[in-house]
Amino acid sequence: HALAPHLRIIHCPGTTSEQAGKSSSCAGCPNQKICASGATKAPDPAIAEIGEKLSTVKHKILVLSGKGGVGKSTFSAHLAHTLASDSTKEVALLDVDICGPSIPRIMGLEGEQVHQSGSGWSPVYVDDNLAVMSIGFLLSSPDDAVIWRGPKKNGMIKQFLRDVDWGDLDYLIVDTPPGTSDEHLSIVQYLSSTHVDGAVIITTPQEVSLQDVRKEIRFCQKVKLPIIGVVENMSGFVCPSCKNTSQIFPPTSGGAERMCADLDLPLLGKVPLDPRIARSCDEGKSFINEVPDSPAAKVYQSIVQSE
Amino acid sequence: MEANNDGSMSQVRHVVLVLSGKGGVGKSTITTELALALRHAGKKIGILDVDLCGPSIPRMLSIGRPDVHQCDSGWVPVYTDAAKTLALMSIGFLLEDPDEAVVWRGPKKTAMIGQFVSDVAWGELDVLLVDTPPGTSDEHLAVLENLKKHSRVDGAILVTTPQAVSTGDVRREITFCKKTGIRILGIVENMSGFVCPHCSECSNIFSKGGGEELAKLTGSIFLGAVPLDPLLSTSIEEGKDFIQSFPDSATFSAISSISQTLLESLQTA
Repeated sequence: HALAPHLRIIHCPGTTSEQAGKSSSCAGCPNQKICASGATKAPDPAIAEIGEKLSTVKHKILVLSGKGGVGKSTFSAHLAHTLASDSTKEVALLDVDICGPSIPRIMGLEGEQVHQSGSGWSPVYVDDNLAVMSIGFLLSSPDDAVIWRGPKKNGMIKQFLRDVDWGDLDYLIVDTPPGTSDEHLSIVQYLSSTHVDGAVIITTPQEVSLQDVRKEIRFCQKVKLPIIGVVENMSGFVCPSCKNTSQIFPPTSGGAERMCADLDLPLLGKVPLDPRIARSCDEGKSFINEVPDSPAAKVYQSIVQSE
Repeated sequence: MEANNDGSMSQVRHVVLVLSGKGGVGKSTITTELALALRHAGKKIGILDVDLCGPSIPRMLSIGRPDVHQCDSGWVPVYTDAAKTLALMSIGFLLEDPDEAVVWRGPKKTAMIGQFVSDVAWGELDVLLVDTPPGTSDEHLAVLENLKKHSRVDGAILVTTPQAVSTGDVRREITFCKKTGIRILGIVENMSGFVCPHCSECSNIFSKGGGEELAKLTGSIFLGAVPLDPLLSTSIEEGKDFIQSFPDSATFSAISSISQTLLESLQTA
């Protein structure tokens, strides 16, 4: 007999799996017939098209977390700036946070719009060798909300990968929203016929963050996405006045250091809290350019070097 | 199993969503602290946690891995105390392995929320606070649609941090509220400055003033600002009752005043 509805939902094999429509959890599901017919299993032709289009991109790096507000966009933006400081490299930053696109502001590109040409959508250029794409560029007002369900978000991500005229890139960095959902599954799926170097996982020191980050790490393992390493952000605050350190986000369970030791992952660096970081992001400037001597900037530089 | 849908929310006096748009601003922290403050003021409170991917509330209330079961009127929530003054239902409780990543696409999340939101036997509550993940997507639409079927939603509190990167997303959440007919009860600015415990110098780590500016810009009420406080972060981490541990702190007084203003606006609506 059929499972209780919530158990049926939990154990749903997924519409594209081999078991779709055929597993014992499918009994009683309104979609059972469609899934069993095989109609939902056909591979998306866009995957091959994207594979073709991005075959010349030398390095693809995803920036993930699981937890919100840990500094993914901040990191992605500064990674892009640092890589692009070598003028011989072509760098692109793709923002797939559809509901909360922060990258336009952090890169100083608020109000910019995207143009379409014969060869697809043109990304917005910060410098000659640094291109950016975000849904933020498609919105006409800062109050515009993107109230989209999963399938529509997936469609947008597909377009970003397939229809943007990136050119030949050395680096494509992908900034993601928090969570382990449509955006994450889609980006991995649509990039599945290309080589992805791996993911950089961002966290803050406290267990409330690490709890979610461990799930993101499991997601990476599930989808066979290599993990380049972990960055611990907001790692202590040095008071500018008295120079004492406060652990505002206390590493009660050992912080990223302990988690990386437990999971055998590289800890790429620990970036301290610095009010100038927030200010740079709000003003759309590169923190590494603005305050290159700050402890935080130095950690960022060493992290990028090590990748 | 047939749940008595019309009964499960019938004794819940007020329903308040805690939204942001931006991740990591402290929605779960503020939800937990408001719940504790309201309880401190003698109210019966429930928290509904619909963050499937990153449910934070159980840890903040020191609730490990409870067994949840159903009664005739639906899921029985988990109580933090014998007197049943604070009830919690987290979608995480229904999963078999709470440490496993919930890697679900929108439709599955929507279906799960549908099964869960309207089927919790809250009993008598003064306020039900609903904690949400960041964004304006499946979870938000699903929770709203389901709550509206069974109860009136009094409105939403929006949490932001002072910086523009945060208020930029919260503006969009405000649009979400307007489009879906949710009354905005007010804006809370979290992480509003850090007072160094060694020398008392105040540093604006996440910029300054954004919450109030956002309130002015959008014609919303500014409920108040909560400072960055390592004592609060530690309390949350360890699932302790901050209100009980630090009743004399500036942080407590900020939270308390926000909870009072919230209660007043709920009662005069």
